[in-house]
Amino acid sequence: MPLSQQELKQLNEKACQIRKDTIDTVYWAGGGHVGGSLSFTEIMVILYYKYLNIDPKNPQWPDRDRVVLSKGHAGVGYAPILADKGYFPKELLKEYNHTGSILGMHLDGNKVPGVDVSTGSLGHGLPIAVGLALGARLQNKSWLTYCIMGDGECDEGSVWEAAMAAAHYKVTNLVTIVDRNRMMIDGPTEEVMRLEPFADKWKAFGWIVKEVDGHDFNQLADAIEYAQKEDKAPVVIIAHTIKGKCVDFMEDKYEWHYGGLDSEKVELAKACIDKHYCEM
Amino acid sequence: MAADGLTYTIVDTANMSTAEIYGKVLCDLAEKHNDIVGLSADLAKSTKIGQFAAKFPDRFFNAGIAEQNMFGMAAGLAKSGLTPFVSTFAVFASLRAAEQVRTDICYPKLNVKIIATHAGTSFGQAGTTHHCTEDLAVMRSFANMVVIAPADGIETANAVIAAYEYKGPVYIRINRGFDPFLYEKSDYGFQIGKAVQLKDGTDITIIACGAAAYNAYHAAGILEKEDGLSVRVLNMHTIKPIDEEAILKAVMETRRIVTFEDHNIYGGLGSAVAEVIVKSGKACAFESVGIPDEYAIIGLPEDLQNYYGFDQNKIIEKVRQIMGKDFEQTEDWEDEV
Ligand SMILES: Cc1ncc(C[n+]2csc(CCOP(=O)(O)OP(=O)(O)O)c2C)c(N)n1
Ligand SMILES: [Mg+2]
Repeated sequence: MPLSQQELKQLNEKACQIRKDTIDTVYWAGGGHVGGSLSFTEIMVILYYKYLNIDPKNPQWPDRDRVVLSKGHAGVGYAPILADKGYFPKELLKEYNHTGSILGMHLDGNKVPGVDVSTGSLGHGLPIAVGLALGARLQNKSWLTYCIMGDGECDEGSVWEAAMAAAHYKVTNLVTIVDRNRMMIDGPTEEVMRLEPFADKWKAFGWIVKEVDGHDFNQLADAIEYAQKEDKAPVVIIAHTIKGKCVDFMEDKYEWHYGGLDSEKVELAKACIDKHYCEM
Repeated sequence: MAADGLTYTIVDTANMSTAEIYGKVLCDLAEKHNDIVGLSADLAKSTKIGQFAAKFPDRFFNAGIAEQNMFGMAAGLAKSGLTPFVSTFAVFASLRAAEQVRTDICYPKLNVKIIATHAGTSFGQAGTTHHCTEDLAVMRSFANMVVIAPADGIETANAVIAAYEYKGPVYIRINRGFDPFLYEKSDYGFQIGKAVQLKDGTDITIIACGAAAYNAYHAAGILEKEDGLSVRVLNMHTIKPIDEEAILKAVMETRRIVTFEDHNIYGGLGSAVAEVIVKSGKACAFESVGIPDEYAIIGLPEDLQNYYGFDQNKIIEKVRQIMGKDFEQTEDWEDEV
């Protein structure tokens, strides 16, 4: 179903707000993985504000959809969404990275309400997500598992071991999304360790591939709804995105994978974000 | 004259993080020795092996985010006759790729040097997925492996040079960020397997490694001034092979030993020292301080050093507590030989 104008407007407003909250969180945290936290905003916003069957008042609700943020370093992009959904008070974002806080650079499943898995070590998420999905299927549960990965992360062998298992066991109650921002820490993915032909690799492993513009809510909606329904093979959505999206001085710069922001840069970044959404 | 003719002082290394000093030393070594090659797994920038990569692009391989493959490739490069230096975060070197390190590198005793950064709780804000309070235990249990936890940047320089000169696998764990300098220059006689006595003393011996060594040294000064205690301090930079002689000497001469380390209390420096004490059959009061058998909290590294008891103040407190125990009156100090 195409998104209504009203829905699209609301999602864009959320994305704008979450991006600005992310900038604030980077400031409060004294630094953060800002690039990849701005590239996956639309992916996370559409999941959390349209598709996920969750109850923030009851984070352990047994029938909730499961989310595995395998690119766990994007905590400064994830925590503002969880706070906005009501999993914990927004005020906690101000203590991000502080000693004794529940919020560290990578969100901890033992500590943060709403987080199912302690991620941060890349390549762990998809195997766990495949296990969750198999578990749901075996127990006739209708909840879905969503796994969000980085593209650099797909260098890890464990990603492809899980990909093989998901196809082998025909795991179709799983929605896998790769944030294809083409950047990792040491440089562009194609320079550090070539991933292309990326879609063909997934296909060769037995997956159905949907390639979308990861900043376009309509395209994301189509692909997610397709993946939710598909029952013959696992589906991966390769979401083409821009690292540092909406902040001019960060866009497409791997140097902004991780960074700190002083108050001046915070204002500059927020102004970029506002300008982007005004022009829309 | 330090090993390999290379010496460093705090003047050459001013304003450099410990990892940056490693990067510089590796470049200096690589100028002279073209058997040196480098590998990282998308952490060239963070571990500072990137300095080597920039200078010697043909001799550097970025494995992408694929640590197991990286250590396998390092094994192959070593087998072909080269000397790989491999850098990633400690947690990925010691845990993710543990089996490659053990079976592919340690078993054939290949000449691979692992310089692992962000060790212990030095990446405190990153949380459990990035803390590494197990690496000393893991690496120490691999036969043929040499395990070093340098106290500061200058000692890291020494350890990296010594690792190059030693033939066989070496694991060096360093911290994220800046370590306060314990040493002003590198020519203090660093030797793999030989503890450095930072201060002599007769009442108690503190044995420490990594960040705790600097804290212990300064704590001992205060204990001497304020409490009139004679505190021996050993910087046990090499966890394996451990300096048994220095430990036995401490047993006989001070009868009290306490260890401090940024690592789980099981399996690291404290365990290594305890094994020597127990084997000696001599009576010795002993305590080991580190991360208790739990996953560390999130926080700034300096706060965590305090929280887990190995900053200067907590070391002072611990020594006072041990000295306050009057076991000498209640225990029979005659060793049964
Ligand atoms: C196993 C593992 N190796 C290395 C790292 C360090 N690291 C953190 S983020 C990152 C780059 C991730 O790139 P990508 O997956 O493309 O994420 P994104 O661009 O979305 O931020 C690396 C290497 C890690 N977290 N886990
Ligand atoms: Mg990326």
